[in-house]
Amino acid sequence: MPDDPRVDIRFRVNQRDVTVRVHPMARLLDVLRQDLHLTGTKEGCGEGECGACSIVIDGQLANSCLLPALQAEGTSITTIEGLAPGDDELHAVQQAFITHGGAQCGICTPGMVLAAATLLERCPNPTEEDIRVGLAGNLCRCTGYMRIFEAVIQAQRQARAEPPR
Amino acid sequence: MRAYLPAYDLRAPDTLTEAVSLLASSPGVWRPFAGGTDLMVLLEAGKLPEGRYLGLWKLRELGGIDDRDDAIVLGALTTYTDVLSHPTLQKQFPLLCRAAAETGGVATQNRGTIGGNIANASPAADTPPALLAYDAALELVSVRGTRRVPYDTFHRGYKKMDLAADELLARIVLPKRPSEWRQYYRKVGTRRAQAISKVCLAAAIDLDRTAGHARDVRIALGSVAPVPLRARQAEAALRGRTLNRTTLAAAQQALVGDISPIDDLRSTARYRLAVAQNLLGECVDQFVGRSGP
Repeated sequence: MPDDPRVDIRFRVNQRDVTVRVHPMARLLDVLRQDLHLTGTKEGCGEGECGACSIVIDGQLANSCLLPALQAEGTSITTIEGLAPGDDELHAVQQAFITHGGAQCGICTPGMVLAAATLLERCPNPTEEDIRVGLAGNLCRCTGYMRIFEAVIQAQRQARAEPPR
Repeated sequence: MRAYLPAYDLRAPDTLTEAVSLLASSPGVWRPFAGGTDLMVLLEAGKLPEGRYLGLWKLRELGGIDDRDDAIVLGALTTYTDVLSHPTLQKQFPLLCRAAAETGGVATQNRGTIGGNIANASPAADTPPALLAYDAALELVSVRGTRRVPYDTFHRGYKKMDLAADELLARIVLPKRPSEWRQYYRKVGTRRAQAISKVCLAAAIDLDRTAGHARDVRIALGSVAPVPLRARQAEAALRGRTLNRTTLAAAQQALVGDISPIDDLRSTARYRLAVAQNLLGECVDQFVGRSGP
């Protein structure tokens, strides 16, 4: 093994260029939380089942617990901290989660919101089945999911009423 | 227990030439690492063997889907999401799309690769039964060149493959069929989404619709043996015959000789055999147009 196995990894996170010196096999989840202090991304199961650590990497949802830091090199990442369009404005999905009580304990919420937001991006008019499939990788033990589904439907209606600027 | 990170090295070469040279220069030292959706789970559990890993995700030569006249060729780095969004695969290879849709959730489908699903060599993987039903071939590359092997003989035993230490799985070749085959895929797990399978069955049949007999048939299963496999004896019980209750019963009996299910944390040998036979029944019923169970 090399003496110092750590490497410099450059990527973009929430529109900001960052360089971290970390082990290439470090989990991106740990790099985000510990090196970049982006603690909105949560750890649930640590094995890709629960979706609490979901982030968006080059436009696609991914579990950051299953991404070695080296895979982030050269990519553009959005975490829950970077989803809202501005300091005073929430993303439609975030607002709908508040309105419909889609969050309780909050551990699944950042991942669930990002999963819902990416679902609506690639599928602007999802059926209920589309929503179930799109969120199947995000587990919630509090809400029973119904309020989350209602929130996604609300966000979709709002997005249709107010096309993105 | 978590892994001790300094015991691992991970490098991601820019080209396939670089990657296979590294593999050839010290055979057995570098282990391929694709999407990471299986290996990172082992890492967190402290079960990933320590050592050097060769990141493949930057190798453009291993990506892309090539839609040719006689076959569709998937780069080993093709993700489940790539499969699900490809029109030819949707139309002509629905079993592979079904398998991709049933592998994990969206986040896993975005990162996991078909090559990784094959080379991780889990008998419970979801795409191998579909690939076997399509009579897939694999292209393996090394500094010595490229060789093509039938997927059917690739898995040699539990986690053992016809893959030399200096070789990488590069492409998966799915031959297109001249006639319309009927197809069936069903995975049985504890729940519909995100479950690891207890039994999975994929089948394709070239059915002579006027005579009602099976000109050719391929039946493949997962989670019922140390490797994903073709059920040759069950196929023989149906090939060239009319599909009816009698031939189905013979095929279901023959299936006992094809598979060797075990008791483990996900299911029992008895349940797996019973479900495998029932899936074959449902499959044949669907092929001849009778309604499901």
